[in-house]
Amino acid sequence: MSEKVGVEYNVDGGNFTRAGYASSEIKKILKKLNVDMGIIKRTVVATYEGEVNIVAHAYSGTIYADIDTERVRIVLRDEGPGIPDIEQAMEEGFSTASSQVREMGFGAGMGLPNMKKNADVMNISSEVGKGTTVEIILYFKQIASS
Amino acid sequence: MTGEVFHHALKFRTEVCIGCSHCMNVCPTRAIRIQGGKAMLIGDRCVDCGKCYNVCPVGAIIVEQDDFRRIFDYKYRVALIPNVLLGQFPEIVSISQICSVLMGMGFTHIFEVEHGTRLLKDAMGKIVGEKDRKRPLISSFCPAIVRLIQVRFPMFADNIILLKTPLDVSAAYYKKKLLDQGAAPEQIGVFYITPCAAKIAAIKSPVGEEGSSITGVINMDFIYNKIYTSVKQGHKAEKSCSLPAMERLGAGEMLWTLTEGESQQMPGRALAIDEISNVIEFLEMMENEEVTDIDFLELRACDQSCAGGILTSGNRFFTVERLRKRAQLVESGADEMLYQNRGESIADLAGYLRAQLSVDRVKPRSMDKLDEDMGKALTKMRRVQEIMNSLPHVDCGICGSPTCNALAEDIVQGEADIRQCIYVQKKMEQQGELPCAESMEIMKAIWGEKKFE
Repeated sequence: MSEKVGVEYNVDGGNFTRAGYASSEIKKILKKLNVDMGIIKRTVVATYEGEVNIVAHAYSGTIYADIDTERVRIVLRDEGPGIPDIEQAMEEGFSTASSQVREMGFGAGMGLPNMKKNADVMNISSEVGKGTTVEIILYFKQIASS
Repeated sequence: MTGEVFHHALKFRTEVCIGCSHCMNVCPTRAIRIQGGKAMLIGDRCVDCGKCYNVCPVGAIIVEQDDFRRIFDYKYRVALIPNVLLGQFPEIVSISQICSVLMGMGFTHIFEVEHGTRLLKDAMGKIVGEKDRKRPLISSFCPAIVRLIQVRFPMFADNIILLKTPLDVSAAYYKKKLLDQGAAPEQIGVFYITPCAAKIAAIKSPVGEEGSSITGVINMDFIYNKIYTSVKQGHKAEKSCSLPAMERLGAGEMLWTLTEGESQQMPGRALAIDEISNVIEFLEMMENEEVTDIDFLELRACDQSCAGGILTSGNRFFTVERLRKRAQLVESGADEMLYQNRGESIADLAGYLRAQLSVDRVKPRSMDKLDEDMGKALTKMRRVQEIMNSLPHVDCGICGSPTCNALAEDIVQGEADIRQCIYVQKKMEQQGELPCAESMEIMKAIWGEKKFE
């Protein structure tokens, strides 16, 4: 059986003071596991974007990370308004953020595209009125066949 | 524990140490443990910031320095003095008086370290202004910070500007100047009067640099006492003693070693952060990608930068005030009394010095990882998580490790035992799993027999 470590963090909607806590904790774990610095960086960027998305849009959420010797997998699940049109949300620059949120430096419409860019795999599912789940995976080694 | 990689200027005198653990609790890199009633340093993790030195109540931590008599091995004995030394004393103690004492002690030449900043300012500014650079660029000025980045923030090792420090530039300049005047290399001894331990460590085992032009290091508190004694005994300044006939320092050069000394002279968006905990907090933010659009970072391990160095004696806020006042005088041109503006300048050797301004890449060497092998690291992390479930999360330090998490990691690395935790002991005693006598033995092993007499 291959070794695996799992952690889970709660995220409060609307609490920007705490935004970044989960991604910071996940970063610390990856550093302790001697993961390549470039991969840590991409993981942190993608997770931070997702975490800010939950804070900005949802009522509450959880961020779950599990890591084995092959990859890090992060699942960001929230209870919130959901995304009506995922394809549109994936377009760079598309944003639903209020001006208040934009003033804080968020909501430039780069969140989801940036997550996709930094992750090797990204899956997203959403139900309007219920919430959104985003799964991202980053592999520690390039898969030869790809 | 792990083998020593760095030279450390901070030495623990075990015979003096009372095992109070104050040092363990303030160490920002968690490099100290208590064993057998004594503080033990894990060399690989120490960055020589000196926090431990400041809190030791019995003087068990000392800053290693060269034997002062060593200066007499050389015909030309150069004292490299930082402006912070001049800032130690109230205005009534004149610069020529300070120089008199230094000359009286046996130095033949005195040179201010800050002269070296003249060439650096331009070279650094150029690098910061270059496009395609990994940002923010981080100054290499503070050696404790360079080491901190190596061991705790290896991700930013390549952000460090690979240029010499003002000290090394000044030392190279003065050595060359004497050589050009006919001195033989072995006749020249360049001694730095240091306000901190990290500089010493950096000179003895430089990061990213082959050797150093500096022969030895004298602790600033030693010099401070000599000067103060001389002043108190009413010795007058020798007229002939003064700073060398050099072009005087500009205000920007004089203030370089203080907080914002570099950042205010760099192009783009530059930020200055002093005190090591503040620096760690900021670098963590940077790791989390929460910091963008900054071009230059001046990071210093001490509060008030070098004015707060652990070997300074004067109050750091007064030191800063005095140096700023003096810089204002220079700025307004009203300082003719203090400095005489005579021809010679470090810029005379600019070409020679510029050719050797660069240093080698700073190699990251993470101390955070639990194991080189990721599979093993995962196993260890799982165990750390399990152990953390039975620890109290109060970070009391009674186990001899600074925090519960540090103990858990020490346990998985085979350096500690879970029964060192006093909460675990109490639980085990209650359940009849640990005889009282045995838990007493465990405590004695950590804190020494003496504390239980």
